[in-house]
Amino acid sequence: MVGSGGAGVLTTGAMLLQAACAAGWNGLLTRSVGPQIRGGEAAALLRLATHPVECLADHVDLLVGIDWVSAQRFESEIELAPGGLIVSDPGAGPPPPALSPSGARFIELRLSEMTKANPAWRANMIALGAAAQLLGLDERDLAGVIRLHFEAKGADVVAASVAAAQAGGRAMTEATGELRLARPAQANGKRWLITGNEATGLGALRGGVRFAAAYPITPASEILEWLAPNLPEVGGSLVQAEDELASINMIIGASYGGVPALTATSGPGLSLMVEALGLATAAEIPIVVVDVMRGGPSTGIPTKSEQSDLNIAVYGMHGDAPHLVIAPQSVTDCLLATQWATFLAETLQTPAIVLSDQSLGQTQAAVSRPADLAFIGERLRATDFATPYLRYALGGSGVSPMAIPGTAGGQYTADGLTHTERGIPTSSAREHRAQLDKRREKIERYAYGALWATLEGEGDAAVITWGSLTGVAREAVARARADGHRVRLIAPRLLLPTRADEMAAALDGVKRLLVVEQTHSAQFHRFLRAHYTLPQETSVFHRPGPLPIRPGEIYRQLTAGASP
Amino acid sequence: MNATAPLACKPGDYKSQIKPIWCPGCGDYHVLMALTRALAALGLPPERIAVISGIGCSSRIPAYTNCYGFHGVHGRSLPLAAGLKIVRPDLTVIVASGDGDGYSIGGNHFLHACRRNVDLTYLVMDNHIYGMTKGQPSPTTEPDFDTALTPGGTGVRPFNPLVIALASGANFVARAYAGNPRETADIIVSAVRHPGFSFVEILSPCVTYRPDQRAWKERVHTAPVEATDDAARAARRLMTDDGFNLGVLFRGDRHPFQPAAAVARADRADLEKGFEI
Repeated sequence: MVGSGGAGVLTTGAMLLQAACAAGWNGLLTRSVGPQIRGGEAAALLRLATHPVECLADHVDLLVGIDWVSAQRFESEIELAPGGLIVSDPGAGPPPPALSPSGARFIELRLSEMTKANPAWRANMIALGAAAQLLGLDERDLAGVIRLHFEAKGADVVAASVAAAQAGGRAMTEATGELRLARPAQANGKRWLITGNEATGLGALRGGVRFAAAYPITPASEILEWLAPNLPEVGGSLVQAEDELASINMIIGASYGGVPALTATSGPGLSLMVEALGLATAAEIPIVVVDVMRGGPSTGIPTKSEQSDLNIAVYGMHGDAPHLVIAPQSVTDCLLATQWATFLAETLQTPAIVLSDQSLGQTQAAVSRPADLAFIGERLRATDFATPYLRYALGGSGVSPMAIPGTAGGQYTADGLTHTERGIPTSSAREHRAQLDKRREKIERYAYGALWATLEGEGDAAVITWGSLTGVAREAVARARADGHRVRLIAPRLLLPTRADEMAAALDGVKRLLVVEQTHSAQFHRFLRAHYTLPQETSVFHRPGPLPIRPGEIYRQLTAGASP
Repeated sequence: MNATAPLACKPGDYKSQIKPIWCPGCGDYHVLMALTRALAALGLPPERIAVISGIGCSSRIPAYTNCYGFHGVHGRSLPLAAGLKIVRPDLTVIVASGDGDGYSIGGNHFLHACRRNVDLTYLVMDNHIYGMTKGQPSPTTEPDFDTALTPGGTGVRPFNPLVIALASGANFVARAYAGNPRETADIIVSAVRHPGFSFVEILSPCVTYRPDQRAWKERVHTAPVEATDDAARAARRLMTDDGFNLGVLFRGDRHPFQPAAAVARADRADLEKGFEI
């Protein structure tokens, strides 16, 4: 659904998804907007299905144009399926040629006439009713969602909106019904509507985070805005910082005080936080930093997705600074990944970077309730003190018991300077080496288990990808399998530390490998080459944002020249 | 030490065994002396105190105390300390900095720490020079002071940290001189006891790069009047004094910043209801 800013396209998309979710369908809603605060162009891109979906499809079956102002900007983002349906107001003129290929079919929806005749009706509510009718949504489910959205505005607004939607539905009588969705399977338990950014916030909370410091940035702010009212409810707090340098140092301070802590940002903010990430690594303070990636470098494209912060997340710090980098693979996996990252950071006393992206963070998904996980952050605390207390004691797993301020006998100074086991600054080669070894070993030796990667399927061909492209690649692989190809899907969730043995096992027997990523310089491919042994026949499909990579593109790369 | 041990109340109980890296004659020795004296006077158990710092000669002070300490990155001691104090209001949090760490690279945090008014005590050891990097000008260096980095001087006007603290909302503003450790200790005691953000500028001579500062002992003098709670009056005094006027100069009555006490009001499951359809 497209329209100019203010036409209510995004609200309409959200209501349609909500009605579909209530009825038991799965689905997701991605928004595509320009940089303007008000005005500009907006598109709500919606996919509904009876099975779980993790990405948008290759083509659009139904395009609803409330108006076509600036709609040509979606030229490469919205591709109508052959014979696809366009619903629009003839009064708004024809759609841009790029959005209406030959063979497109049209249904008129006289929005301006209808709103002129009924001044209380809004065009987007008429369009909502039309779309719901075409998809076969129950009229009462839709009315329920409308009521929920507008009840604060009064009964008149609710009544007018419901009437407008019903009129939109009636206007679709000439449609054949081919877009009608199959009845959803009986839903098990409560259905959820959640964005990746909200899931990230919830994952942090489930993992034990009780302090967050915030500096607003697109497209990460919703994580912080979800945590702001919810952290106090569970006995935590959130503070707005003056900049990202402050926000990361605030969470280091809070964590030093014994409270699991998190901040969320995007590329420009992560750049500012890198020095303090090194401090948390050296001083062994657990923190979680979520980077919701957007187009870069510099200010880049704040509202659109890219995977190009991989390099800074992995290699950004000066010195040898082993840390954790974890990438969620779907909207709901934002919850799991963030909870796991919190747990690992606390367990291993080291910073964890969660690499989400705009396409996960700002996508809203209709899903079943995500399962509870056993990962609750619990760091090893020092309670029994030898004299003197050795905060950075060597030996064992490399994780040394941490004294929390207030504990008598545990006084020590946490330090970013190279230090002895006691924490006293030193420039000795031996001590430097010993502490570098300690910090490397503690995260290298840990048993991360099966969560380290998604590994699916068998065969001598494989797709390897990461993050938000995992779901896209999964769909491509499913199509290739349906054609008789035997293809594996490999997607590491744990990017750092690298897992040489596990990856070797995952790649064992793979002769052809396709690397898929959304960067201009093939950062992921270079990362893989640096750390893993790849098959000789390895190809790379990569392009920068903001144009999303579609399942069909991966499918074509995967099957080109390959016989099933 | 264990929980039943008597409270430490001798200055020596707050000193660690670590030998400072400071040059002989450095003013910071006296600041350490004043700090441990103040902590003894306050009678706080060392484990209930955290001393937080950034980078520079003065920022080495945490490890020289027997308290919990954090020697972080350059310029960021204030947000780190704020994060700690917000989640651990039971601790006494003292922040130590210098004129380079606190006023230059950490300048933005200084403004916002004053504004935010978290209950911290901020001790800035000001010697008008970067000592650890061997003698470059700081924001308080005189414009004609010749250095290798700025031959002939910076030509840039030094700034007045006390006026900036006051304008930014600091709740307590004082100036002390390291060479008077007893008076400095008294000021630190008042600063710790005063709720909210307490700022103490401590003139602490650098005998290596600023031997001229040995003359400070002749120039400092106790403020002729009591501290005021009137910001306008304090502003006038601070704008017009000679920079060597010692004592507590302003005491405000703003409420410290502290988010609501950490009491869980809801079950996590209640929060998750927001996602249900």
